[in-house]
Amino acid sequence: MAHAAAVHSAHDTHGHPPTSTGLDNKKIAIWAFIGSECMLFASLISTYLIYKGRSVVGPYPHDACLPPACSTPLKAILNIPVTSASTFVLLMSSLAMVLALAAVETKDQPKHTTGERILGSSKLWLWMTALLGVTFLGFQAFEFTSFVHEGLTIRTNLFGSSFFTLTGFHGAHVTAGVLWLLTLLAIDYRRGLGPKDALNVDLAALYWHFVDVVWIAIFTLVYLIK
Amino acid sequence: MAITATAPAYAPVESYVGESGLWSWLTTVDHKRIGTLYLFTSLFFFVVGGLEAGMLRWQLAGPNKHVLSAELYNQMFTMHGTTMIFLAIMPLSAAFFNYIIPLQIGARDVAFPRLNAFSYWVFLFGALFMNFSWLIGAAPNGGWFGYAPLTTMQFSQGLNIDFWVIGLQILGVSSLAAAFNFITTIINMRAPGMNLMRMPMFTWNAFVVQFLLVLAFPVITIALVFLQFDRFFGTNFYTIAAGADPLLWQHLFWIFGHPEVYILILPAFGLTSEIIPTFSRKPIFGYPVMAYATMLIAFLGFGVWAHHMFAVGMGPIGDTVFGVTTLLIAIPTGVKIFNWIFTMWGGSLQFTTAMKFAIGLVGLFTIGGISGVMHASPPADLQQTDTYFIVAHFHYVLFGGSMMGIFGGIYYYYPKMTGRLMSESLGSWNFWLTFIGMNLTFFPMHFSGLMGMPRRIYTYDSGQGWDGFNLASSIGTIVLMIGVALFLHNFFRSFRRGAIAGNDPWGAATLEWSIPSPPPEYNFESIPRVTSRSPLWDVKTPTLSAEVPHTSGGDQRVNVSFAGSHVGHTDSAPLTSEPRQRAESGMHIELPTGKSARELGIPMPNPSIKPLLCAGSMVIMFSGLLFIHKDNLPLALAVIIGGALSMTFSLYAWVLTPLEDAH
Amino acid sequence: MAHDPSHDEHTTHVDHAAMGMVKEHPTWSTYWKVAVILTLITVVEVWIYYVPSIRDSRAFVPMLLTMSAVKFATVVLFYMHLRYDHRLFRVLFTGPLIIASFTIVGLLFLFGHLRIGAGAT
Repeated sequence: MAHAAAVHSAHDTHGHPPTSTGLDNKKIAIWAFIGSECMLFASLISTYLIYKGRSVVGPYPHDACLPPACSTPLKAILNIPVTSASTFVLLMSSLAMVLALAAVETKDQPKHTTGERILGSSKLWLWMTALLGVTFLGFQAFEFTSFVHEGLTIRTNLFGSSFFTLTGFHGAHVTAGVLWLLTLLAIDYRRGLGPKDALNVDLAALYWHFVDVVWIAIFTLVYLIK
Repeated sequence: MAITATAPAYAPVESYVGESGLWSWLTTVDHKRIGTLYLFTSLFFFVVGGLEAGMLRWQLAGPNKHVLSAELYNQMFTMHGTTMIFLAIMPLSAAFFNYIIPLQIGARDVAFPRLNAFSYWVFLFGALFMNFSWLIGAAPNGGWFGYAPLTTMQFSQGLNIDFWVIGLQILGVSSLAAAFNFITTIINMRAPGMNLMRMPMFTWNAFVVQFLLVLAFPVITIALVFLQFDRFFGTNFYTIAAGADPLLWQHLFWIFGHPEVYILILPAFGLTSEIIPTFSRKPIFGYPVMAYATMLIAFLGFGVWAHHMFAVGMGPIGDTVFGVTTLLIAIPTGVKIFNWIFTMWGGSLQFTTAMKFAIGLVGLFTIGGISGVMHASPPADLQQTDTYFIVAHFHYVLFGGSMMGIFGGIYYYYPKMTGRLMSESLGSWNFWLTFIGMNLTFFPMHFSGLMGMPRRIYTYDSGQGWDGFNLASSIGTIVLMIGVALFLHNFFRSFRRGAIAGNDPWGAATLEWSIPSPPPEYNFESIPRVTSRSPLWDVKTPTLSAEVPHTSGGDQRVNVSFAGSHVGHTDSAPLTSEPRQRAESGMHIELPTGKSARELGIPMPNPSIKPLLCAGSMVIMFSGLLFIHKDNLPLALAVIIGGALSMTFSLYAWVLTPLEDAH
Repeated sequence: MAHDPSHDEHTTHVDHAAMGMVKEHPTWSTYWKVAVILTLITVVEVWIYYVPSIRDSRAFVPMLLTMSAVKFATVVLFYMHLRYDHRLFRVLFTGPLIIASFTIVGLLFLFGHLRIGAGAT
C-alpha cells in the first residue's frame, strides 16, 4: 500500500518534482491576487471617503438637497432597505459557495439521507451561488437606474463619480465571478465535478468570498456611515 | 507496478515543434526564451529612450536653442521618462527575473509558463501602442507622472495623454501578471533543501519586488481609471470646479510611484549582490540582514510617498511623518551598501567588467542616496524640489544604480544566456566611458539645480550661471552614448566571437552555474538537492563556503569532496522525510546531454499561441477607447467589444487546453 | 506506458496537501451558524442606523466599524478557510490588508478627514 501511495503521488505531479511547500501553485497565485485586489479596492474606497461631503451640487448620499442649494428638491440618494436586502443576498451566496465546495469535495462519499443528498449536490449549490450573485447584480441595476432617475449620474458630482465607480467596480467583479461559476457549472454538466476538481472550485470560491468581504466593507463605509 | 514506476512519465501526443523559426518564438513558453525576448525588446527601448535623452540634452546644450519646440520638448521628456522606467529598466529587470530566477532556485520553468508568455506579449504590444503615438505626432506630453488636472480633457485635449493613460494601463496588466507568476514560482518551485534563507540574493530581491508590484500597481490602475473616466466619460474625479481635490492624483500616483522606485532599484541590488561575492571570492556579508533589509525597504517604501509632495503644503504633521519615514529608509539601504563593502573587504577581488559595474553601483548609488536623504528634510526639499538637483538625484539612483547594476548583470549572465563571454577589453572601455559620461552628465546638474534651474523647461536665457553646467551635461551625454554604443557592439559581436564560457566561467556559488551554458530547455536534468547558500562552492571550492551555515531544516552536510566535477550525492535528508524527496539527486554539476526533454522523459509545457492572441486582443480592446475621444462611438464600441470577445475566446481556449500533453 | 486504471480511484481523493488544508474544513453544521451570525450582525447594523439616539452618538461609527470588521474576519476565517489552511495564505492576505488599511487611514488623515485626538469624523 505504501508503494502504491508513492506511485500515486508521482502520478499526481505528472513527473514534476513536488512543490516546495506542498501547496498548489494556483492557490498561492489566487491569494497573491486577492492581496493585490485589497490595494485596488483600498484606492477606490479611499477616494470615495476623501470626496465624501465635497460635492458642490446635489444629490447627496444621506441628505436631501433643498432649494436654494438645488434648484429642485432632491431627496437623499441611498436606499438603505434595498441595499440591506442585496447585502443579505450576497452573504447568503457565500454560504451557498462554501456548500458547493464542500459538495465537490465529498462527491464520492455515500449519501444516505435526503439532507445529505441535497447538501452533496454541487450543481444545486453552484446554481444557488450564481443565482444569488445575479440577484445581487439585479439589485444593483435597480439601484443604479433609480439613482439616475433621481438625478444622480456618474457625471453629476463627486459623489456620483466616486460612488458609481466604486460600486461599479465591485459589480464588475461580481459579474466576473458569476461567469466563473457558470463555467464551473458547464464543466459539472459535461463531466461532473469531483474531488479532483476541489482545488479549482476552491479558487472560484476564494474569489467569490473576497468579493463578498469587499461588499461588507462598502456596505458599512458607503451606505451606513453618514 | 515496477514497470509503471520506471517507464517515462511523458508520452507526447502532439507533434514536436521545431527549435527555431518565428513560430517557435511566437508560441514559446520557455522562461529562458521569454527572458531573451524581454532583454532584446527592452534594450531596444533603452536605446530609444537614450536617443530621446540625447535630443533633450541637444536642446539644452546652450541657452535659447531651437532644436526642439516647446511642445516637442514636452513630448520628448515625457516619453524619455516613461520609456526608461516602464519600457527599459522594468523589462530589463523582468528579463533577469525570467531567465535567472528559475535557474537560481533549481526549477525547470516558472509556475505558470503561459501566463509568463502573456506578460511579455502584453508588454510588447503596450510598448508599441505607446510609441505608436509618435507616428501620428501626438506623443504623451504630461510628464511621466501625468499630474491631473493638467492631464484632464480641460487642459490636454489631444490624443497625447490618451496614449499615455491607456498605455500605462496595458503595461500594468503585464507587470501584475508577471508578479503573481514569480511570487508563486519563488514560493513553490524551489529545489529540495532550498529554504528561504538559502535563496540567492538576486532571487530574494526579485521576490520582494514582486510584492511591491502586486501592491503598488493596483493603485496606479485606479488613478488611471479615474483619469480615463474623466477624459472619456466626463466624470469629475479631477475636475476642480466640481470640488475635486487637485492632490488626489498626486497622492495616488506617488503611493504607486515611490514603491516603483524600489521596483526599479532592487533588481539591480540583487544582481550586484550576486556579482560582488563571486568576484570577491567570499560569501556575501550578513546574508540574513541583507534579506531583512530588502523586506524593510519594501515595507517602509509604502509609507514615504508624500515626500514627493512636500511643496504642496501638507502641514507640519504630514511633513514630519513622511520626512522621518524617509530618513528611516536610509538605514536598511545603508546596511546594504556596507554589506557590499564588507563582502569585498579582505576578499581576493577580480576586476571583471561585471565587477566594475557592480562597484560603480555601490559608489554612484550612494551619491544618489545621500542627495535623497538631503531632500528627505522638508525645508531642504522646498529649496531643491522641481530643480535640476532632483534630476541629478534620481539619475544617480536610476542610472548610477539601476542601469549600472543591469549592465553588470548583463556582463555577468551573458555567458549563461549565450554560452559565450563578452569581451572584457571592450567591456572595460564600456565601463569607463559610461562611468565618466554618467558623472559628467549628471554631476553638474546638482549645481545648476542648486543655482535655481527648474526642471522641465525647454530652454533658458544665458547669464544665470547655468550655461557651463548645461554644456558639460550635454558633452557628458555624448560620452555616455559612446559608452552605450560600445556596449551594444560588444553585446552583438560576442554572440559569434565571444570566448566559449562553459558551465561556470566566474567560479560562482549558485545553482545556475552548475548547468550548461546556454541551459537546455529543461534546465536541470536532475533537480539538485541544496544544503547551503553556496551549493556550487560546496562541491567545487568548499573552502570558500566553509563559514556558510549548512545545517538547517534537518539536513546534514555529508560527503562533500573535491574530486572530479561530479561528486555524487550530498543527499542528507533524514530518513523520516518522504521517499520521493530523498530520491532527488544531490548537488552536482551537469554536462550537456545533447538530448531533448522528451528523450530524457522530462515533462515540459507545450508551446502555445493563445497567450499572444489573448494579449493582442486585450490591447485592441484598450485601444478602442481612443475612438471615444474622436467622437466615433460606434467604432469605439465595435473595437472594444470585438477585442473583449476575442480576448474571452482566447482565454477560454487557453485555460481549457492542458499545459502539458495528456499522460 | 501502461495506464493503470486503478490509479483513477486514488486520484478521486481531494488533494488536501495541495489545497493547503492544515485542519479539516468545517461542514454544514459550522457553515450555517456562520451564516446566521453574519445575518444577525447585518440586522443589528441596519437597526442601529434607524435608531436616532445611537446614530447621533459618537459611538455609532466605531460600532459599525467593529461589526463590519467582525463580519469581514468571519468570512475570511471560516468561508475562506484561513483558520484551517496553511499559514502562508494568512501571510499573503494579511500583509497586503495591513498595507491597504494604513494607506486608507493615511490618505484620510492627509485629506483632513481624520484628526489626531479627535477620532473618526
